[in-house]
Amino acid sequence: MPLLEDGRLVADHWASVADGPLPEGAVIVPPARLAEAAPRNAPLGVSIGNDVQVDTLAPWLPRLALVQVTLPKSKDGRAFSQIRALREYHGFRGEIRVAGHVIPDHYAMLLRCGASTVVVPEGSDPAVWRAARRVVSIAYQHAQSAEQPLALLRRRVA
Amino acid sequence: MPEAPFLRVPEHARTYRYDAVDREFLAQRIAEFRGQVRRRLAGELTEDEFKPLRLMNGLYLQLHAYMLRVAIPYGVLNSAQLRQLAYIARRWDRGWGHFTTRQNIQFNWTRLVDVPEMLEALAAVDMHAIQTSGNCIRNTTTDEFAGASPDEVADPRVYAEILRQWSSLHPEFTWLPRKFKIAVRGAEDDRIASRTHDVAVQLKRDPAGAVGFTIHVGGGMGRTPILGVPLFDFVPEAEFLRVMEAILRVYNALGQRENIYRARIKILVRDLGRDGFLALVQDELARMPVEPYRLAPEVVQAIRAHFAPPPFAAAEAVALPADPAFAAWVRHNTRPHRQPGYASAVISLKPVGGIPGDATAEQMEALAELADRHGFGELRVSHTQNLVLPHVRRDELHALWQGLRAAGLATANFGQGTDIIACPGLDYCALANARSIPISQQISERVDALDRAHALGELQIKISGCINACGHHHVGHIGILGVDKHGAEAYQITLGGAPGNDAAIGELIGPSFGYDAVAGAVETILRTHIAHRQPGERFLDTYRRIGQAPFKEALYAVA
Ligand code: SF4
Repeated sequence: MPLLEDGRLVADHWASVADGPLPEGAVIVPPARLAEAAPRNAPLGVSIGNDVQVDTLAPWLPRLALVQVTLPKSKDGRAFSQIRALREYHGFRGEIRVAGHVIPDHYAMLLRCGASTVVVPEGSDPAVWRAARRVVSIAYQHAQSAEQPLALLRRRVA
Repeated sequence: MPEAPFLRVPEHARTYRYDAVDREFLAQRIAEFRGQVRRRLAGELTEDEFKPLRLMNGLYLQLHAYMLRVAIPYGVLNSAQLRQLAYIARRWDRGWGHFTTRQNIQFNWTRLVDVPEMLEALAAVDMHAIQTSGNCIRNTTTDEFAGASPDEVADPRVYAEILRQWSSLHPEFTWLPRKFKIAVRGAEDDRIASRTHDVAVQLKRDPAGAVGFTIHVGGGMGRTPILGVPLFDFVPEAEFLRVMEAILRVYNALGQRENIYRARIKILVRDLGRDGFLALVQDELARMPVEPYRLAPEVVQAIRAHFAPPPFAAAEAVALPADPAFAAWVRHNTRPHRQPGYASAVISLKPVGGIPGDATAEQMEALAELADRHGFGELRVSHTQNLVLPHVRRDELHALWQGLRAAGLATANFGQGTDIIACPGLDYCALANARSIPISQQISERVDALDRAHALGELQIKISGCINACGHHHVGHIGILGVDKHGAEAYQITLGGAPGNDAAIGELIGPSFGYDAVAGAVETILRTHIAHRQPGERFLDTYRRIGQAPFKEALYAVA
């Protein structure tokens, strides 16, 4: 499926492997396969369900270049807290990828929580995502993305 | 769209005044929703995807039409805003609006195509419908006498406004398991049903005079009514938003999502226990950086400036005219004011036999006029679905009352038996089991007759059309709940509930009553109270003293 980064479609260099043999190169695996995949000499990512406490990933984070979170339904917002916790509590600097039922209206908020990329449905128009991201340029609370402070609680985000 | 001077904001009305940044945010937000409506109409969004988006913009689909719920932040508005609400009611609805228990107003006959224009009309007076529904942090409610009441420790509007800003489009908390309601009060006296909220904040001062917050968590109505439990005794002001963040983080991560009836924070707090929940909140606090979440004193001060006292006159104490109808209104519908010579006046939206919370466009305009003339152009909406002029000179009360009478708004029943809270029920609401409004009208007439003969005193009757409990029936002295009994409307009655400092969940008195019997049952209950009461006792006191048995017997004794 296409991958969106910074409002553009980009090539995806990662292979997602739930089960079966691990291919060469960068792989995204479920948490249960981290021990098996970690010793390989290739970039490592993990895909977590939205009921996973990201603290359980802590021992692996130094080794991980990517964490993928999932929205099983568009209105299930647990991933937003997972993303923020990875950035804020664990100082994770790698890619945070969002998969599942993501809609353009999530995009700006996902980025503010600290997401990097979104797996978008086949045929998505990146212009719609770019527009959705820029439509509201002011925010009233601290978040994980770089922002320009304005007076009081406000900051400019886009 | 009407222009100034129609929309001229009264100089001394203390609403939060938007600046260019706030207006830009609002304009963008409306543009966003306009785009979402367009994408929905073009089929780019499914109804499933659109639903949470329209809900976040206050748009519900009811039985007969869309309903637009407009935010009145913490129930504070000025006369220009009220005039604009009247204009909207007339232009896009059927000439009236309905004030809600969340201190908002809703328009029940909205067309989807009109919504973007309605939102623009609202934005012209710095109003919006953001987060009045959906699984996000809703409009914070507060005391309708804020800034006026003599017993206030600190002004709750300041912190309610801070919460409003902080929770607006919060990136992490816009897709919560369920809606989230916060109430803030500044006085010990709980006039806002604090413990029925997901989070209740009470302002306190430490011995040095610094503001802090007592926080309760996990209250809620609905199928499983629970009163909030104390979480923190005194959170310092600087930590306010950090603590809110921490509570919401725990809830967003762990709140139930599968079962809508188990998704409110009250269930999480109950299941974890207060201490278990607190430990998780403290764990978050221990890990959160301090500085980014610190509520700076300059911010508080700048926001407090929006709520500075209006220029009160040095008014003399006056003797009020002796007219008995006026005296009754003063007795029931005015409250003491911290400023000598002033009072707060409650405008009852509960005419006997009327629809609780409804106001016509003409009434709204009359009220705006009276607010300009007698109350600095400022009004409040109370959670009991009434309106308040917070600052009225006592020597102008009579003139105000005459103006109210002319507009049909001088019902002298605030806090009395006919001041009924009722949800929209089956007349509008798609979730309802039974009608609330006509039941409320019938009860109101019976209670009025009893009250005239027997002076019932303070009495809170609350009616919900289904277990979602929007009418707060669980905390009514007399609570009425519409249920479905083999396809027919039926009503369960609970007694002994209370919303305030003596908060309690009412107890079910027995089998339900049919549509035609419920008003009679309420009369029977009140007659039983009258027969047993001791001097000065309210219904609630009598019930708590003598218990269920006499009421049960009167209601169910086989004839
Ligand atoms: S209590 Fe039920 S019937 Fe009444 S407004 Fe709420 S959801 Fe609708």
